[in-house]
Amino acid sequence: MQRSASLPLPGKTHPGGRLAWLSRLPMILLVLLVVFVAVYPVVWIFLSSLKGADEFSSAPMWALPQALHWENYARAWTEGNMSRYFVNSVLSVIPALALVIVLGTMAAFGLEIMRWRLSGAVSILFLAGIMVPVQIALLPLFTMFFRLHLLDTRLALILAYTAFGLPLVVFFLAGYFKTFAREVIEAAIVDGASIYQVFTKVALPMTMNAIVTVALVQFFFMWNDLLFSLTFMQNPEMRTVQSGLLAFTGQYGQREWGPTFASIALAVAPTVLVYLLLNQMVMKGMAAGAVKG
Amino acid sequence: MERTLRDWRAVLVFVGPALLLYALVVLVPILWSLGYTVYEGSPIAGFKFVGLDNYVRLAQDPTFWKALWFGTKYALFVSAGQVILGLALALLYAFYLRKSSVLVRTLVFLPVVLPTVAVAQMFAKLFAIAPQYGLDGAVQAWLGQGSTAFWVIGVMDIWKAMGFYAILLYTGLVDIPEETIEAARLDGAQGWTLARFVVLPLLAPITVASLIFSLNGTLKVFDSIMALTGGGPGTATTPLTLYMYKTSFSYGEYGYGSTLALTLALQCLLVTLLIFWRARRGASRE
Repeated sequence: MQRSASLPLPGKTHPGGRLAWLSRLPMILLVLLVVFVAVYPVVWIFLSSLKGADEFSSAPMWALPQALHWENYARAWTEGNMSRYFVNSVLSVIPALALVIVLGTMAAFGLEIMRWRLSGAVSILFLAGIMVPVQIALLPLFTMFFRLHLLDTRLALILAYTAFGLPLVVFFLAGYFKTFAREVIEAAIVDGASIYQVFTKVALPMTMNAIVTVALVQFFFMWNDLLFSLTFMQNPEMRTVQSGLLAFTGQYGQREWGPTFASIALAVAPTVLVYLLLNQMVMKGMAAGAVKG
Repeated sequence: MERTLRDWRAVLVFVGPALLLYALVVLVPILWSLGYTVYEGSPIAGFKFVGLDNYVRLAQDPTFWKALWFGTKYALFVSAGQVILGLALALLYAFYLRKSSVLVRTLVFLPVVLPTVAVAQMFAKLFAIAPQYGLDGAVQAWLGQGSTAFWVIGVMDIWKAMGFYAILLYTGLVDIPEETIEAARLDGAQGWTLARFVVLPLLAPITVASLIFSLNGTLKVFDSIMALTGGGPGTATTPLTLYMYKTSFSYGEYGYGSTLALTLALQCLLVTLLIFWRARRGASRE
């Protein structure tokens, strides 16, 4: 799908010759360096998470672990309370993800396919949500959740994640619906399909890829959130992975390097795994989201 | 058919729930927040109407001006780094690696999806362990002094996001028609001349978009600084977002906190408009 423009750069201009690769060596080294700089810190977290306490003071910090201290993970999971934080994160992120996708897809369909008098104005209202910093809504939201006794409940996070995720989902999917062949929808209606059948039988199957893509992007936003969790979860037991990590590493970070790195590794593991499995969709989704936003 | 597509009850079913939730959790709080700026207090202590006192206080608050300056300085540095390095990477992908760049693109994008808190914790640990082994000049309390902490935070945020801007700009690069570049080459343009006078001008719109996106993101920076330095030492690395957060939740001053949040929103708006205006003026001159 992507055409590659050809632009001869220095080093690419001498075809043939047995020593041709030599002139390309600097660029090859540069590419390797770029990849190393991007990837090694992630590898380093993992290596450090397996080191024993003494290795942080005696061995060079970049060295491989001498023995594999898997117990660091057990300690992060129990003493570091990561098990609790994982439960909290999963139980907030999964419902929010489901909600934002269902509501967002329906809204995008209603705004773009059904096109009514105010659909342009409502779309702009959603767009405004992408531009405005989250901070400006934070205090009233805190007050609201305080009055409704929603602080320290997962519902607070679910509501916040869903509502603040909606603008991007609506815009992304409305853009998709726009490219839809109008005739397909009209044909379905002529055949006697109701608008709800058009949605479930025609629109949904045709946008499934886009829905998965935007869901992935939302997953990263929600899993990586700190601000909402820090604000709405005052009880330490209710912290999510990221706010829990902040508290744990702040508390024990200077003394217990191994478990600290294990907890960091646990916090990044879901995003790294999802990304490694579905990287093309994630990249496409994030780039498209940025251009639209 | 018109009747099916113009069914207002169906519209309500489709758009209603999302709009309702969005209005209650996003729109109403934004307006409510504007109201807060003329009050003093918190939900626990109670509120008192104070008129424009918060705005007067803002003008006279040295910590606010310091946070505004720090945030601006940080946003300019990090955005420049993200877009320039992103551009360099995009050129590398498109013109040097070409079709074989998939793996490199994938790996360089990896830091983008990592949680900022985890990355910041990693950097914090790195700089806590490192001084014991570094060269004399490198043995410093990197995160313990405002001047050096600024660079650590900046480098971290550039590192984390450069792969993202690389993808954004790369998408723009592969959209440039091959014929355009072919024509320029026939006219004798080569290598960096071609990049400088043909490719980069064609890429200008998406570069501007990247810059807006980056500045908007970096002005709202919170996670990385919160997790790396907590805004310290003192208030040396405190941007508006962090000052707003502390004012509100550590000191329970909702009115003043909302006033700070408003200045942040205005700053983001101003930056967006300014760049749009510059871009338009630049485009009309050509």
